Amino acid sequence: MPAKNSEVKKLVDKKYRHGFVTDIGSDTIPPGLNEDVIRLISRKKDEPQFMLDWRLKAYRHWVTLREPDWAKLDIDPIDYQDISYYSAPMQNDDGPKSLDEVDPKLLETYEKLGIPLHERAALAGVAVDAVFDSVSVTTTFRDKLADAGVIFCPFSDAVKDYPELVEKYLGSVVPYRDNFFAALNSAVFSDGSFVYIPKGVRCPMELSTYFRINEAKTGQFERTLIIADEGSHVSYLEGCTAPMRDENQLHAAVVELVILKEAEIKYSTVQNWYPGDEEGRGGIYNFVTKRADCRGTNSKVSWTQVEAGSAITWKYPSCVLRGENSVGEFYSVAVTNNMQQADTGTKMLHIGANSRSTIVSKGISAGHAQQSYRGLVKIFPTAHNTRNHTQCDSLLMGKHSGAHTFPYMEIKNPTAIVEHEATTSKIADDQLFYCRQRGLSEEDAVNMIVNGFCKEVFRELPMEFAVEAQALLNVSLEGAVG
Amino acid sequence: MLNIDNLHATAADTKILKGLNLSIGTGEVHAIMGPNGSGKSTLAHVLAGRDGYEVTDGSVTFLDSELLDMLPEERAWHGIFLGFQYPIEIPGVNNTYLLKAALNARQKFHGEPEIDAAQFLRVIKDKARLMQMEQSFLNRSVNEGFSGGEKKRNEIFQMAVLEPRLAILDETDSGLDIDALKIVAAGINALRSEDRSFLIVTHYQRLLDYIEPDVVHVLAGGQIIKSGDKSLALELEARGYDWVLEETSSA
Ligand SMILES: Nc1ncnc2c1ncn2[C@@H]1O[C@H](COP(=O)(O)OP(=O)(O)OP(=O)(O)O)[C@@H](O)[C@H]1O
Ligand SMILES: [Mg+2]
Repeated sequence: MPAKNSEVKKLVDKKYRHGFVTDIGSDTIPPGLNEDVIRLISRKKDEPQFMLDWRLKAYRHWVTLREPDWAKLDIDPIDYQDISYYSAPMQNDDGPKSLDEVDPKLLETYEKLGIPLHERAALAGVAVDAVFDSVSVTTTFRDKLADAGVIFCPFSDAVKDYPELVEKYLGSVVPYRDNFFAALNSAVFSDGSFVYIPKGVRCPMELSTYFRINEAKTGQFERTLIIADEGSHVSYLEGCTAPMRDENQLHAAVVELVILKEAEIKYSTVQNWYPGDEEGRGGIYNFVTKRADCRGTNSKVSWTQVEAGSAITWKYPSCVLRGENSVGEFYSVAVTNNMQQADTGTKMLHIGANSRSTIVSKGISAGHAQQSYRGLVKIFPTAHNTRNHTQCDSLLMGKHSGAHTFPYMEIKNPTAIVEHEATTSKIADDQLFYCRQRGLSEEDAVNMIVNGFCKEVFRELPMEFAVEAQALLNVSLEGAVG
Repeated sequence: MLNIDNLHATAADTKILKGLNLSIGTGEVHAIMGPNGSGKSTLAHVLAGRDGYEVTDGSVTFLDSELLDMLPEERAWHGIFLGFQYPIEIPGVNNTYLLKAALNARQKFHGEPEIDAAQFLRVIKDKARLMQMEQSFLNRSVNEGFSGGEKKRNEIFQMAVLEPRLAILDETDSGLDIDALKIVAAGINALRSEDRSFLIVTHYQRLLDYIEPDVVHVLAGGQIIKSGDKSLALELEARGYDWVLEETSSA
């Protein structure tokens, strides 16, 4: 069947444009996980003692845990001893001091992904931290940001350069005891981004991290920590891609957002990990814990996500609305095609009085894909006069896809106003025919209808990302109808 | 322009069109009347290429091409427009955006350049004025939250922008108030021309007071059973369909 296979491959190649592998020497430790491996990671990163201690505590807790099984996901067992927990592209002992010292192959990789790292060529107004497998390759515009007092650097640099900030906030939003994957991440995480916005500062640029998995048989475990000090403001974007491989690869990330009073973080994600092929071979297992802690009066967080990739997505960006008048928002588009599965949603925990939250979730399922929205709105007894509005829409394409909704509500304060709306629709033949009658091709008609369905979420994305997200959606759904 | 020969069509194994013949010349306006369930919308859908119908016999030529071989969008590019009896809502898709995409798809098919944005806006404004539509309608989602009458008016507005060769209007007059009926009729009349034909499905002779048809047909039992000039519509209005049905069954 070689002919057929290559046809299939061609098709998939066309659909997933980021599936190439960069051929670069790497320092990859052998598969397996134990305390020695954790010590090795910590030593490679030259970490202070407090980090190693924390990792070991997390590891010792992790070994007592079992994978969660409550999500509506059908997952092949993961052999945690068969994964390499650290892989870095070869470079000089100290790592590159400037872009000139970065391996041109790496620069080329990012170029190919549409993320030029030379500041001259870079998107105006966007600073990028490029994470390749387990390490950060470079962070652009660091100096310009430093002028504004903003710290934006790889996590491993922050551990060395700002240990007091890291020690104070690391694990304060997502403790290592939080869940199985958070514990694993805490034990082995290798890099990620660190952001600190000082009091009263409006970050002068968009910040973004671009995650790339390259090496086979490795997991990526990154950790992002953003601290928005009082009255500050930042918009942060995150993008992800990986090569196409037949085996599954694990990605277990943690994102912690600390938002002090009067501060605001806008966090946008376009997730495009390799989704596997049509038959469900390969693809990234994406287990992510993201949480924002609105700690003060008028703190605000807004999560916007476009989840198009990954074989499995398990992800619930959450908002802890502790501060009075704090605001949490969650805007999500999740697309699953072929054999992809996603169980995603959010948690809104209302603790402070007058806190408000909005949830807009748009799920699109095609092929044999299964998708669930899982959301919790919890109103604590202290949370007087709070409000939540949830809107949860699913769009099904074809006859074999599925959409499921699991909204949970726990309301412990009678003054709360909580509203929930949910719809499930098929991409109606009527709508398709209407557009085609006017002269749109079937494919364009599908794209137009789907983009219309997602409009409320797309308009929350920063401009450059909105365009990318739309294009991504179209590619992800190629061939989904007909 | 359009030539329908012995057309048989079924939907879900039910025979609906049973040997229908109809010929429309360039620049002509034909009206089709007929009892509920007689197959008028089916005819319109089959001509536009909607899924769910099977043509079991007969042929249709449109401007010298085999119409039934084409995809719905290809028929549109060749100049077929269908005004829907029940226009469809498409949430989040801007009315103007749909039209621009539709026009440009047609331009591309004919190997012509994309429509210039400024020129497109002028056309849109002109046609909106013709249909007495508020500017705000243009930027709303396609038919979403439109009243029944507004949807119908929007269909004619779209027709005016797309300038088809053959417009098939399925009960565009149903559900319109008297003022809206006049506006819609004026819109249609403004588009009448030597090289554009119309097939107008209606239940009411009232519309034909404003739009004078060249030919009036009666569709019943899946066939055209009688054709005549506009006085036929008046007669149908006065006497109903029974006499025509009797006439044909005794013939
Ligand atoms: N998809 C379908 N499956 C089964 N029957 C159908 C289908 N579409 C139409 N029909 C039937 O075919 C007949 C003709 O329907 P059609 O909609 O063409 O009538 P019409 O002349 O437009 O009626 P009206 O004046 O009420 O609009 C009806 O009996 C209808 O129920
Ligand atoms: Mg009808």
